[in-house]
Amino acid sequence: MSSNPVPSSKPVKSIDLHIGEAEPGCKKRDPILIADGVSRTFGGLKAVDVDHVEIPRGAITALIGPNGAGKTTLFNLLTGFDKPDTGSWTFEGRSLSGMPAFKVARMGQVRTFQLTKALGLLTVMDNMLLGAKGQSGENLFRAMLPFFWRKQEEDNKARAIDILTRFKLDTKKDDYAASLSGGQRKLLEMARALMSEPTLVMLDEPMAGVNPALTQSLLDHILNLKTQGMSVLFVEHDMHMVRHIADWVIVMAEGRVVAEGDPHEVMRNPAVIDAYLGQHHDEDLGADPSAEKEHVVAIKELLDDEL
Amino acid sequence: MIDWGAIFSNAAVELISPTTAAYALAALGLAVHFGYTGLLNFGQAGFMALGAYGYAISILSFGFPVWGAVLVGIGASVVFALVLGIPTLRLRADYLAIVTIAAAEIVRLLFTTNTFEPLTGSANGLSGYKGGFAALNPIPPGSYGFGPFEYNAYDWWLRIVAWTIVVLACLFTWQIMRSPWGRVIKGIREDEDAVRALGKNVYSYKMQSLVLGGVFGTIAGMIFVLPRAVVPSNYQTSLTFFIYAILLLGGAATILGPVIGSMIFWVLLSFFSGFIARAVEAGWLPFMTSIQAGQLRFILVGVAIMLIVIFRPQGIFGNKKELAFVK
Ligand SMILES: Nc1ncnc2c1ncn2[C@@H]1O[C@H](COP(=O)(O)OP(=O)(O)OP(=O)(O)O)[C@@H](O)[C@H]1O
Ligand SMILES: [Mg+2]
Repeated sequence: MSSNPVPSSKPVKSIDLHIGEAEPGCKKRDPILIADGVSRTFGGLKAVDVDHVEIPRGAITALIGPNGAGKTTLFNLLTGFDKPDTGSWTFEGRSLSGMPAFKVARMGQVRTFQLTKALGLLTVMDNMLLGAKGQSGENLFRAMLPFFWRKQEEDNKARAIDILTRFKLDTKKDDYAASLSGGQRKLLEMARALMSEPTLVMLDEPMAGVNPALTQSLLDHILNLKTQGMSVLFVEHDMHMVRHIADWVIVMAEGRVVAEGDPHEVMRNPAVIDAYLGQHHDEDLGADPSAEKEHVVAIKELLDDEL
Repeated sequence: MIDWGAIFSNAAVELISPTTAAYALAALGLAVHFGYTGLLNFGQAGFMALGAYGYAISILSFGFPVWGAVLVGIGASVVFALVLGIPTLRLRADYLAIVTIAAAEIVRLLFTTNTFEPLTGSANGLSGYKGGFAALNPIPPGSYGFGPFEYNAYDWWLRIVAWTIVVLACLFTWQIMRSPWGRVIKGIREDEDAVRALGKNVYSYKMQSLVLGGVFGTIAGMIFVLPRAVVPSNYQTSLTFFIYAILLLGGAATILGPVIGSMIFWVLLSFFSGFIARAVEAGWLPFMTSIQAGQLRFILVGVAIMLIVIFRPQGIFGNKKELAFVK
């Protein structure tokens, strides 16, 4: 993992995001999303059990934690793709609890998926256009009469080309999304989410399966979102990436937020090391050498704060 | 000796028959459901039955004018689509399949049962509702046409109206499928969660699609009964499967596929039944009775469709490029 290339220019970090101690559930100066008492159980398993968490506005927040910590489940709950057992949350001051996923997206909180969802038999361009908001041609009656929507369609196309060019997908615009590589699909999914001009972008493992050469540009894209004024919440396993671009880190383990803080500080937090080690305490390390190796790497990364 | 001329001209007649038009329109409805939206509607026969009975009952029992009877049929199918869709469209695709297949059977059995005999004619069905439609015919009485396509004024009127409706439905579907609305619909077919994440009300779009394709099926049901009587046994599940066969034959997410598929289906069916009937008469198939021969044509059509699907799985008009990505 240390072989991953790291962006050359040092990104500008947002600092001074929180109020008081950097502890789980600490207050933020300008939170965009505030969740309270959100819990979700699957059978006997408490997948998510978050007392209080705030996501800062205009910053890049990383959500990390071992496999099965509940990161994706929390994403699903916050975006209306799953229903919590308890809890409430607000986005830009408006309550989102119980709101269906499409309304959440319309409010400007747009997500991508851990398992990429490119619309295979649509062209790359159609994938992009689908992301645009408020299209009058998406009404069945106006759809019949192209003069209602042709102008808007042209504008959206121009914007799509613009974003595709930034993501180096413009040459693929007429290909089926199914013909893209795994990494290109990740890029497309992110580009498509941007078509809706979101205020909070939630990315579930945007780098997973993306080759190192592309990781570099993906990181730059994420940093760009911040410069354009968006807030970003992303899930990532690679600590180097997290440390490099995140302004704030939230650590989850077994459904709970166990630590929060500045990316450099948080790695020293004993609770974080426990979270990653704890996962392996009850496993037979000898039985799975690859798991052991991964585990050693994870600890090394946690302790290695040079970079 | 076998009269090949008669076999071929009987088959050619099917090209423009109102029944072919009805099946084409019903298949276009399924193209909207299945080909474009990915909805598994196995109850298209139910939508057709509602059109047929809605039209016939409005005229026979309530004396409605033609346009009123058409609206009753369409209204009934919109209600039917809502009843089917409201509970199932939030669930996985298979639930709609199960519910539609059952609901279509319920519709057929309700029309068959003796309880509503005065309205529905029970198992005997209904007839005598064609006066209003015939009265609208502007063509002066007489016989027109050439070769095998020689019809009286009513039959021409029926064919013109039926195919005009099919052409209009095709143009309409083509237009909406290339609009942003159609893009959302096709997106839902690919992955509805992704479309939801982009802020589209997937449930509402699926419902619109279900209603629209159902209305096509209902109008097809009306065209279907104008050259014949309304008989409940015509609306069995096998009708839905024939329409699916037509759809797959032509290409599921295409506009012309359902039309050409329906023509091929009916021409082949007529050709095989003509051929077998005459072959039995001529003593070519000594091991068969004429009743068995009547069944054989469906077997042959089945084989023909299988061959087409094997050698051209995307359907006649389907895009070969798409097939490369079907998992
Ligand atoms: N639909 C479901 N049914 C039952 N259990 C589930 C379901 N979804 C998630 N879980 C369980 O909830 C826990 C949290 O899963 P989740 O996908 O949120 O983890 P994660 O933090 O995203 O992990 P990863 O880093 O591996 O993606 C896991 O133990 C998982 O088995
Ligand atoms: Mg996950």
